[in-house]
Amino acid sequence: MVAKKCVAMLLAGGQGSRLGVLTKNTAKPAVPFGGKYRIIDFPLSNCTNSGIDTIGVLTQYKPLKLNSYIGIGQPWDLDRLNGGVTILPPYMKQTAGEWYSGTANAICQNIEFIEAYNPEYVLILSGDQIYKMDYSAMLAFHEEKKADVTIAILEVPWEDASRFGIMNTDEENKVYEFVEKPKNPISNKASMGIYIFNWKKLRQYLMEDQRTPSSSNDFGKDIIPKMLQDGEQMYAFPFKGYWRDVGTIQSLWEANMDLLEESSELDLYDPAWRIYSRNPVEPPHFIARGANVKSCIITEGGMIYGDVNHSVLFAGVTVGKGSRVRNSILMPNVKIGENTIIENAIIAENTVIGDNCYIGYSTSTQEKPSMDGNDITVIGENLTLPSGYKLDKGIMVDSENFLSFQAVI
Amino acid sequence: MRDTMGIIYTGDSNISLQELTLRRSIAALPFAGRYRVIDFTLSNMINSGITNVGIITQNNYHSLMDHLDSGKQWDLDRKSGGLFILPPYVSHDNTGWYRGEVDAFHSNMSYIRRSSQTYVVISGSSMVCGLTFRKAMEFHKENLADITVVYKEDKDATKEELSSHTLIRTDENHRIWDIEVKPSVPMSDKVSMEMYIIDKKLFEYLVEECAARGQYDFSKDILIRNLDKLRILGFEHDGYLAKIDSIHSYFKTNLEMLEPENFYDLFEKSGPIYTKVKDEVPARYGENASAANSLVADGCIIDGVVENCVLFRGVKVGKNAYIKDSIIMQDSEIQERVILDNVILDKNVIVRKGKRLMGQESYPVVIRKHSVL
Repeated sequence: MVAKKCVAMLLAGGQGSRLGVLTKNTAKPAVPFGGKYRIIDFPLSNCTNSGIDTIGVLTQYKPLKLNSYIGIGQPWDLDRLNGGVTILPPYMKQTAGEWYSGTANAICQNIEFIEAYNPEYVLILSGDQIYKMDYSAMLAFHEEKKADVTIAILEVPWEDASRFGIMNTDEENKVYEFVEKPKNPISNKASMGIYIFNWKKLRQYLMEDQRTPSSSNDFGKDIIPKMLQDGEQMYAFPFKGYWRDVGTIQSLWEANMDLLEESSELDLYDPAWRIYSRNPVEPPHFIARGANVKSCIITEGGMIYGDVNHSVLFAGVTVGKGSRVRNSILMPNVKIGENTIIENAIIAENTVIGDNCYIGYSTSTQEKPSMDGNDITVIGENLTLPSGYKLDKGIMVDSENFLSFQAVI
Repeated sequence: MRDTMGIIYTGDSNISLQELTLRRSIAALPFAGRYRVIDFTLSNMINSGITNVGIITQNNYHSLMDHLDSGKQWDLDRKSGGLFILPPYVSHDNTGWYRGEVDAFHSNMSYIRRSSQTYVVISGSSMVCGLTFRKAMEFHKENLADITVVYKEDKDATKEELSSHTLIRTDENHRIWDIEVKPSVPMSDKVSMEMYIIDKKLFEYLVEECAARGQYDFSKDILIRNLDKLRILGFEHDGYLAKIDSIHSYFKTNLEMLEPENFYDLFEKSGPIYTKVKDEVPARYGENASAANSLVADGCIIDGVVENCVLFRGVKVGKNAYIKDSIIMQDSEIQERVILDNVILDKNVIVRKGKRLMGQESYPVVIRKHSVL
């Protein structure tokens, strides 16, 4: 195979348990986002736009939807003769097989894949973040600094710094200390979980890490601290722009709502940095007479007969006559009957909601209520909620328990 | 229908849509918010299970080739069969300028002969409908037809509309006994959809024979001349049909897409309609937006008022703009306080702040591609 300068490894195996019913049957990177995307579209599109065409996607948890979504990588222009996108699930070895026990272990089990391309550098990405980033700029920075490892960092608000892994650096951005969730942070440079390693160096540390029984085989917890301890050249690459970890219901909801701002920080319209996705084969959406659409995102296949305000609607969504949808996310092919009210809700794929339902309904008439994660109502995929169904705010239901949660209002 | 190949003829130069077809063939005309006219015929073939399709091009075919690319979006990038774009060429017995469909078929005879299928579905490219050819093919085989002509009985059409088409008359056994091409006094309301099913061997023979005699018109020289000799039957399409042959019909049929019945007929009944993917962002409506009875494609940003419109991909509608009964093609920009009524904007048109454009339902204002008003 032709050698590649840089190979990307995308960690997409996590369960994402904090997303509850949304990841019950789906790996987190395949969770829909922003009207027509899935989370993994962002790192994949970033790779394509950065000129990185060889990507290994490490899958483990519920990979069916993710696998079929990625396919041969054609939507991201990753169907290449040489390189392209390769799905890497855990596999049996001659004597035994094992699951990926941590992020570093997942890479370690796929050393053969990386070696096949004989790269100088390896880029490690995660599949649960929404951002646009030019990895080629980070790679140039890495080369210029002659670093062994470069970690992308984001300057977060000081009050949030203690929720992140914080990099303490000198004025040259050389990292001298890494503190996980510090009580009293002395820097606000948070690690974004995006790393570039010199492959030879990383290989050596991965092998060593595998031989350490006490290790949790994790980049943040084991590999990075060990490299720092050994005095390897570690630099922090400052990233500026929109970046959200969408690992919780709250953050997923907020990041979707961010797109509704008139000048959203995340510019999806830039023709030079398209976010690609597997496009649905659907006609344009239809707004009927008497419908009302304000501050919302609607995509192909939509049929809107009711009121939609401050919401994100995915492909093939129907909102019936007299229904009101507010502050909500309706994922692909959700069908809403007539005279149903939906507020502050996330409704997963293919769920059908009958007539005269109340979902997440609150009597407050605030335009944009302050939301904390507990107030968002979440409905799992492939459910059929009967007409007249009522569900209080902040409840999460799936196919097993939705009948027992029916509220009496 | 793996035993059937498809041929789409896109060279009809007798039809002019003025500004809209200056730089593109009718097949490449944008239609229904995110499609081009050819997407429907092509998708109908795909949805029928046809996997070998030749597209014969004549005029201004650049935008058509750009649109079709490798055929990937229609799943026609195949090792066996797939999509063949057949542009005109010059050789010792070929001028590169087709004198009619038959001339075009004759020029591409080597492709047709080489194809391994038994039957051919031939289609023009100015009719938009949602159908699969499966039923028509069953009909063709069951009734032992030599040629099956797909037609639509158009009871609501005016005499003027009818007299711009090829009309057929059938007996109770579906046998066609009369065909008139653009008659001044229409005697029938059965409009030929310019879609035919024919045995490939017979097709090859008829084309060769026609060409040898210097005859080049499919309807006149193959169908009409053989009404007595061959079993030519009519198969009725009972769904929606848009016939695009003038600015007026283009305007009217686009707006007909706003009727749920037509929309369902075209997009859902017979399978998905495929088109080139543009990776546009979903449409976004602003705080002051209002939309009613409209089709809106991805990439649109709407801050004004839109009523009875078809908006193609990437259209921008500014604040306090009011657009009514109009068709706005890809990437056009309508700035603040603009008023449009019965207007067709071609691609990439910019209408500056405060401008007003009014047309009539029967005579819409058409603004050429890349204009700035």
